Amino acid sequence: MNIGILAVQGAFAEHSECISKLGAEPVLIRNTGDIHNIDGLILPGGESTVQHRLLNETGLFQPLREMISNGLPVLATCAGMIILAQHICGGEEPCFGLLPVSVCRNAYGRQLGSFSTVGNIGSISDFPMRFIRAPYVERVCSDNVRILNITDDRITAVRYKSITALAFHPELTDDLRIHREFLDTVGKSC
Amino acid sequence: MEKNRYELNKELARMLKGGVIMDVTTPEQARIAEASGACAVMALERIPADIRAAGGVARMSDPAMIKEIQDSVSIPVMAKCRIGHTIEARILEAIEIDYIDESEVLSPADDVYHVDKTQFSVPFVCGAKDIGEALRRISEGAAMIRTKGEPGTGDVVQAVRHMRTMQKQISHIVSLREDELYEEAKELRVPTDLVKYVHDNGKLPVVNFAAGGIATPADAALMMSLGAEGVFVGSGIFSSGDPEKRAAAIVRATADWQNYPLIAEVSENLGKAMVGINADEIALLMAERGK
Repeated sequence: MNIGILAVQGAFAEHSECISKLGAEPVLIRNTGDIHNIDGLILPGGESTVQHRLLNETGLFQPLREMISNGLPVLATCAGMIILAQHICGGEEPCFGLLPVSVCRNAYGRQLGSFSTVGNIGSISDFPMRFIRAPYVERVCSDNVRILNITDDRITAVRYKSITALAFHPELTDDLRIHREFLDTVGKSC
Repeated sequence: MEKNRYELNKELARMLKGGVIMDVTTPEQARIAEASGACAVMALERIPADIRAAGGVARMSDPAMIKEIQDSVSIPVMAKCRIGHTIEARILEAIEIDYIDESEVLSPADDVYHVDKTQFSVPFVCGAKDIGEALRRISEGAAMIRTKGEPGTGDVVQAVRHMRTMQKQISHIVSLREDELYEEAKELRVPTDLVKYVHDNGKLPVVNFAAGGIATPADAALMMSLGAEGVFVGSGIFSSGDPEKRAAAIVRATADWQNYPLIAEVSENLGKAMVGINADEIALLMAERGK
């Protein structure tokens, strides 16, 4: 099973390690030559403005958007959630715009607002959640969006069709349950 | 500082990986940097090349100017305090800076002690030219390391030297027997547990960027090939002919540093590079500050 990981900027190496540990094949995506034969896609944390820009400049934007629209399973963390969102607070131009939610960037403020906690993510219980200058979902714009976690009255994890989007960073922990669940989804859709 | 806060601070640095951090002196430059793909900006009053030219004492920037830059971009904003200047660092923490650079580019305020960074909630990045300096800064609480290079010169030779030295020393520590780590720690004047971390993991316990003298997309890719996890570009961008284009080109070269046709393409027609000074011809070696 080949899992593409967008590797233009950010914490892609951490995701790659998780995928390897679970016995699947990570494929780092830097340009359009890297996207053939991927069964799933991870959009990692990092700076979403940088990633958005590089998606356009590398020509990855169109083909990846098409693949996601056609049902390619996606796991998005932090910046990845912003990259997928249909709306960004403040009226900023969305990137893929394929996830019908409205997302606020740096929603907890500057680095001093970063925090960690433990919560249930859908059927996964007591998962360590690390929020780094994190976004959150301000509003869900479709009945088909399933909310997987609410922390302090804020939506931090959602699922929509084959997309799972998280405001926090499972790849920074030793807990592989979210990645394993994602690989199960990919396995079923193959 | 509580352990969890330090972990979150190290993790923020991991989000910057593969990216370019750019020196900016105005909100306008900060917006250009963000639009060109910077993953963070360093707010300062003068770029290192101008600090070098002007001479005199270089201090922390005006907090009002830093705040204006914070208000103008969504990416993280860093700012520099003088080595050992705990109060400048406290001021930067008070205005909720995302990262403090305790920097040799400014005039040192203390020629013996660095800031005790474990007492702060905001993260620090510090310069290092070898593994001993890097681990000493980490034991003082730094959450990110960068090479010192020789700032404000546009000459990459020192950054290359520092990165190569660090990688060579890491390989050396990895090759040691467990019972030899104590002596190594003693020689490096660093805590044994940090040497043990390097021995077990083959890398520093924090993210390691390249800085100092990087002026072209090729320079940035060179530093990535030597093991840097991202780059700082100081004077190289806003003292060049076409800052916007050069900034974007350096971002692309850093992101895809093994794609040589791409680096060739983005290196075309960038306009005048910063003039640069040969690092061997300068009287003031900033890298020798704060060991």
